[in-house]
Amino acid sequence: MTAGDTELQPRAKGLTRRQKRRLSRGAQYVVFVAAVVALAVTADWGRLKNQFAQWDIARQMFPDVITLALKNTVLYTVSGFVVGLALGMVIALMRLSSVGPYRWLAGIYIEIFRGLPALLIFIFIGVAVPLAFPGTEIVGGTYGKVALALGLVAAAYMAETIRAGIQAVPKGQMEAARSLGFSPARAMVSIIVPQAFRIILPPLTNELVLLFKDSSLVLFLGVTLEERELSKYGRDLASTTANSTPILVAGLCYLLITIPLGFVVRRMEAKAQEAVK
Amino acid sequence: MSRPEIEIRGLHKSFGDNHVLRGIDLEIGQGEVVCVIGPSGSGKSTLLRCVNLLEEPSQGQVVVGGTEVTDPDVDIDAVRRRIGMVFQQFNLFPHLTVTENLTLPQRRVLRRGKAEAARVAAQNLQRVGLAEKADAYPSSLSGGQQQRVAIARALAMGPEVMLFDEPTSALDPELVGDVLAVMRMLAQEGMTMMVVTHEMTFAREVADRVVFMDGGVVVEDGAPEQVISHPRHERTRHFLSRLLDPAMADVEEGTSDQVGKDA
Repeated sequence: MTAGDTELQPRAKGLTRRQKRRLSRGAQYVVFVAAVVALAVTADWGRLKNQFAQWDIARQMFPDVITLALKNTVLYTVSGFVVGLALGMVIALMRLSSVGPYRWLAGIYIEIFRGLPALLIFIFIGVAVPLAFPGTEIVGGTYGKVALALGLVAAAYMAETIRAGIQAVPKGQMEAARSLGFSPARAMVSIIVPQAFRIILPPLTNELVLLFKDSSLVLFLGVTLEERELSKYGRDLASTTANSTPILVAGLCYLLITIPLGFVVRRMEAKAQEAVK
Repeated sequence: MSRPEIEIRGLHKSFGDNHVLRGIDLEIGQGEVVCVIGPSGSGKSTLLRCVNLLEEPSQGQVVVGGTEVTDPDVDIDAVRRRIGMVFQQFNLFPHLTVTENLTLPQRRVLRRGKAEAARVAAQNLQRVGLAEKADAYPSSLSGGQQQRVAIARALAMGPEVMLFDEPTSALDPELVGDVLAVMRMLAQEGMTMMVVTHEMTFAREVADRVVFMDGGVVVEDGAPEQVISHPRHERTRHFLSRLLDPAMADVEEGTSDQVGKDA
């Protein structure tokens, strides 16, 4: 570069930055619109509507789809979540323990239950446990089994989340608590864990949403008519009516829960942000 | 003065290969205010944290109020209730309001009733001049206000000794005065205080004694007038001249100024 060049405003060769940006954005819109149009034109809407949107079939699903299927889905999920949270808390604390064997045990648990598909856990609970302990019944029948199976899976994920949350609380918080005379356990319960939960609220909710979907695996335990949840209910009805509308309705019911849940969490997050900052 | 409130004998502390404290002997009498000064990395914060065992000494003895803190069988939680500590970073509990910051430790640790804890909290907030912030969250307070709440929180436990770990170092300069005023009030009320600080004016006016540390040992220990105004040791003179007039310092190598070492 010569001295003369530096005096001038540097000009890009070809397109300027602004022109490039416009071109790039324009191209993205074109691709998007083209994709939507292609889908709309090529899909056979008539047949789709026939198979998935039969109004009278949908209507006859009510109120059972809510009072029975959705209720069971929520029940399975919440019980699994509670078991998972309790167990996950214990495992997280074991993982942070100064006692070696506790740490190893927690690590092994997490690796195993995070590595196995939830489906296998359900089959294991449904088949292996009755085989191994003949005569024993898991408390709560199907509900107990689902809570246990979902809880075992969820605990592995939640333990790691909770551990990360606890470690994300600044070290000074524990020091301040200890200097005030809190025992380590009491400092954990009163000071550290409440702050950790604020931090991990979003990932925990994610876990809840995952559990909602995993609760559909209950069908591998074999359920009575009264114990059916959304997916099983929808599939059963789809086969008796030879139409897929119940599947669509069941799907919408899941969203009925998960979308407001996401909204509530964003609100809580914003509030916690305001308090902690 | 009968028995010293804090007694430190032959204290050593190492972090791995880093020998931070190399044999400290120090006594602090009841109601005495002692300021510990020294370059960063000199071990003064570590010394303070050894007094309530936030750091475990490698060797030596610490006795507070007649109880040997370093005894492995001592109930350390019970000892710590008598020792208040104020941190550089305040360490208020951010999920609790100001009042809850003061009441929760009283209720959980001292098992005080709800009304009693609230009364003590209000009284101590009043003392530090923050009664009107009782329902605020720490994040809405200035650094100086947070530090005063932290002092009130420690006082609410009724300690016999207060430890201050660079209480004004994280504050904007114009907020330092409010915190120092509270500390001065405490000193006048006869609280036994051990203060790690860089505030020379405070040390000169409030402290009964000033201890200068460097390289993990006590270099000089005496009245503020003597240590600050007429230091006997070259190292003290050197440190003070750099502190009091930082613009005049020369570039030097291999001093004890280990960047980021002082915790």
